[in-house]
Amino acid sequence: MVESIVPETDANNLAVRLRGVTKTYDSGVRALGSLDLDVSSGEFVSLLGPSGCGKSTALRLIAGLATPSTGTVELSHHGAEQRGSHRVGFVFQEPTLMPWANVRDNVRLPLKLARAAATDAEARIEAALDQVGLADFAAAYPRELSGGMKMRVSLARALVTDPDILLMDEPFAALDEITRFRLNNDLLSLWRNLHKTVIFVTHSVFESVYLSQRVIVMTARPGRIGAEFRITSPEPRGEEFRTSAEYAAFCREVSGALAPSYAGQAGA
Amino acid sequence: MKSPQDLIRFLLPLAVFAAGLVLWEAIVRAYGIQPYVLPSPLLVLKTLVADWPVLSQSLGVTLLTTLEGFVAAAVGGVVLALLFNQSKWLEYSLFPYAVVLQVTPVIAIAPLLLIYLQQQTAVIVCAWIVAFFPVLSNTTLGLNSVDRNLAGLFQLYGASRLQTLLLLKLPAALPYILGGLRIAGGLSLIGAVVAEIAAGSAGAGSGLAFRIAESGYRLNIPRMFAALLLLSLAGIVIYGVLALVSHLLLRRWHESALGKDS
Repeated sequence: MVESIVPETDANNLAVRLRGVTKTYDSGVRALGSLDLDVSSGEFVSLLGPSGCGKSTALRLIAGLATPSTGTVELSHHGAEQRGSHRVGFVFQEPTLMPWANVRDNVRLPLKLARAAATDAEARIEAALDQVGLADFAAAYPRELSGGMKMRVSLARALVTDPDILLMDEPFAALDEITRFRLNNDLLSLWRNLHKTVIFVTHSVFESVYLSQRVIVMTARPGRIGAEFRITSPEPRGEEFRTSAEYAAFCREVSGALAPSYAGQAGA
Repeated sequence: MKSPQDLIRFLLPLAVFAAGLVLWEAIVRAYGIQPYVLPSPLLVLKTLVADWPVLSQSLGVTLLTTLEGFVAAAVGGVVLALLFNQSKWLEYSLFPYAVVLQVTPVIAIAPLLLIYLQQQTAVIVCAWIVAFFPVLSNTTLGLNSVDRNLAGLFQLYGASRLQTLLLLKLPAALPYILGGLRIAGGLSLIGAVVAEIAAGSAGAGSGLAFRIAESGYRLNIPRMFAALLLLSLAGIVIYGVLALVSHLLLRRWHESALGKDS
């Protein structure tokens, strides 16, 4: 059950709280858990782990796209009552755009489903497209865009409802390295400016260390928390951070913690 | 026509057609074959011009029937598929009967329909029976082919059933629906013709198929050929129009409507 029972005055200013969450699929496969996870408001947290470790499942549970087999998922809502479940923004592994609609209409979708006032909607769409640098491509269709640009549209669509929590499921995994680096930087500056809580799922050690304040390493199926690292490097991080000794040290440490998760897997 | 290759693909069938006509004409002349056995292409053309007042009126009747049957099939097929998509119970209860209607030859159903229904209605029902199934099955396939993540997105933002249907399922199914309609266009013409022939032997009607049957009794073979030619042309035009509509609706986004290099 997704409940929203953490009151605004709650200590620690938690955005997401998972307690004893497990997920077992109908086929009997235990995908997750038991998982306890606290994410503070405004925090950037990465879930790092091998394919099939249940990190995407965890994200879908937080989003309310799936229900946990046991345990509770709680999302705080800091704002007014109208901040319902759709105040979570979700970015999928694929851009997941509607091919029949242009960029503007794709970004408009969450507002349309929430039946937002038209005047307000236009301004929000413009703002969201500006934030991802796609203001000039509002009339383009998804197939006319590159992979990186499609992902930006997907990000704009997640931002258009101004959610407190942004959930991202390996969003840049399919992109080339240069594009991924650029989107990493853009995501970081968005996070700094917009003060969102971000939970970012990835299988890349380098991406997780570069982006996050906290990296959570998950074990192989069923997914549990194997290790946790605070990446204390100061903001704003930029390209020089990627080549710093500090970054390399964190990556080495996190890789070391990730290794056991791959130990049992063939071809690892 | 962009390249010589395209030009050849366009011209070659035309050349074969022309060669066939010349051969036909030559054989008819060389052996002095009587028109009531096999009319020459030129004679068919002359008959088409001479009988145009009668034939054009029949063409109008057949096309109207086909259109009515097609619209009924399109609306019926899509609506049934939507109902099936909303309710599994309905689908399980009714889908087998849709299959039964589809697999029973319409030529065998037509005489029965003519007993119970007015002729005009019976003809439309025939066209509907043959044409609605491809629309139904294609639409069903399309409605079930929605991107799983997009469906999740709609769920995340609390979309209502109606919103999911109108904004997600129907647009996603559109290419499939249009594919079904293209098949249905040709089939509704077939349905109309079958019913007209069945009705024609009962002594009433004035569509093209009725003209063919009637001309057959009167050994007016050139007119049979002329009417057949018109039916073929009507079928080609129907297919062409539906393909064009499909292309116009899908050209901005669907793979099927995009050029190879774009």
